[in-house]
Amino acid sequence: MMSGNGMLKIGRWFGWAYTGYTFLFILAPIAASLVFSFNADRFPSLPLKGFTTDWYGGTFTDPLVIEAFQRSVMVSIPVALLSTILGFCAAYCDFRFEFRGKSLFGLLMLLPPTIPAVIMGLGMLSYLSRINLAGEVWAVLISHVVIALPFAMAMIRLRLAQMDAALEEASWNLRASPAQTLWHVVLPFCKQSLVAAFLITAAVSFDEFAVAWFVSGLNETVPVRVLVFLQGQVSPVINAIGTAVFTSSILLVAIGMGFSGMGKAKRAAADSPAQPAGGAVTNNGLSL
Amino acid sequence: MSNTSRRRWPLLLPPLLWQLTFFLLPLLFLFVISFWSVVNFRLEPDMTLKNWDFMLSRSSFWSAYGHTWALALGAAAVTTACSFPAACSLAFTVSERTRKLALMFLVVPFFTSYLVRVYSWQAFLADNGIVNALLSVVGIDGLPMLNSDFGSLVGYVTLALPLVTLVQTMGLAQIDRNLIEAAHNLRAGPVRTLFEVIMPLAKPSLVVGALFAFILAFGDFVAPTYLGGGAPPTLSNLIIDTTKSGQQWPRAAVVAIVMILTLVLTSLAAVRLAYGRRK
Repeated sequence: MMSGNGMLKIGRWFGWAYTGYTFLFILAPIAASLVFSFNADRFPSLPLKGFTTDWYGGTFTDPLVIEAFQRSVMVSIPVALLSTILGFCAAYCDFRFEFRGKSLFGLLMLLPPTIPAVIMGLGMLSYLSRINLAGEVWAVLISHVVIALPFAMAMIRLRLAQMDAALEEASWNLRASPAQTLWHVVLPFCKQSLVAAFLITAAVSFDEFAVAWFVSGLNETVPVRVLVFLQGQVSPVINAIGTAVFTSSILLVAIGMGFSGMGKAKRAAADSPAQPAGGAVTNNGLSL
Repeated sequence: MSNTSRRRWPLLLPPLLWQLTFFLLPLLFLFVISFWSVVNFRLEPDMTLKNWDFMLSRSSFWSAYGHTWALALGAAAVTTACSFPAACSLAFTVSERTRKLALMFLVVPFFTSYLVRVYSWQAFLADNGIVNALLSVVGIDGLPMLNSDFGSLVGYVTLALPLVTLVQTMGLAQIDRNLIEAAHNLRAGPVRTLFEVIMPLAKPSLVVGALFAFILAFGDFVAPTYLGGGAPPTLSNLIIDTTKSGQQWPRAAVVAIVMILTLVLTSLAAVRLAYGRRK
């Protein structure tokens, strides 16, 4: 009995150490890029050569980078707005209504992130160029809504799952029309998840490079610019941009999580058999 | 009944129309243009099989196909194996508070640019990079890691590991602890409990996690290009080369359709494996 417990304890410690290494593997490239963004040496190697902020200076005076930043912001805000609105509609339909082809509807809504980006990119490029949109900022916007909508839908759907169905019925009994109920009861209930969905879809759009690379033409967004840098030679500018973008998107996400009480949503999801995001795909879609 | 149906259209139509117009149609359009031809660098409507014939009759296409399959399968296996101990640890041996904190850290990478992380890995894996510098301390000579399949795999694992660990941890956390207790009371050792109780119960999350890793690796072009060296090419490299350099969109569409078919069939097989036969 003693030795069994001892073994369990060793196993437990081994598990924790291993988990620590896993997190190290996940976080190492992020941390390294932060460190090298301040390293004086042009080539990212050890030992470090000394502290500099030149790469940041160089980055944020580069007109191409500044333009890309402006364009990324200009795209990601309408993308977030549109994805959140459409995502709410889709999530509410999934929550409230029963209809034929509902699982197909769920599949159509949630599938885009599982399609490889090169394929989405090629499809979007050929399709949008037929309607003379390829190479325009609109093309990036449209593609990003397709990709971001599922994230918004999943987050809002999780929140709706926490809503007592009697809440809406009570409102109808009090003679509120369905539209009034939606506006005065359902939307306020989902408010925080709507804000969270807005911020996270903005982050998804701000980060997406592959489809944008195919359809944007000369209208580069920030990650497309990074890809172009990556195709060139070694460039510490990538670390500077990466660190700046990471800091701002983590701030956005932190604010978003603060708003949504993601923790609560996650716990509810863990208790119920339906899983969020990825699990939702399999539950809704693939059990046709 | 007709009342609710009238009520749902204003909410149902906008997302439905959007995804039909800008998601389903572009994918279907790929199928259409795979039968079109390119005349003077311009796409012309046509009804020809020559793109299919051109792609499918080349051995270079099939070797790219095999290479992509092998890499994606390897990525699924490696990612699943690497994340399972961590997921077990997070699901069974830590408090709920710690688990929530850990899961939050797993979400962090979703919001850092994958491109930046891949660029960062170049610094680790290069011949005179960080890993080799550390290895030389213990007396191991420079290992070639960048521009090889190993490099690609590191990229794929970077891409998929957080998601797979998340899926596995959530699957494992849902296992009824009483079953594990029961196995323990029936004198099953930890290893036997792991293989005969925990793993069968966690099978759906293991398979779904592996499937996600497979899908992500199968379609990724960044890791094979910037960590794998781009040669031999994967199918996504092939799509990019064919689209960007030759304007041969119809031929690229053929590759895309073959990829989609492969992914659909793999997913169906994986779901059947995960949840058993249904119907």
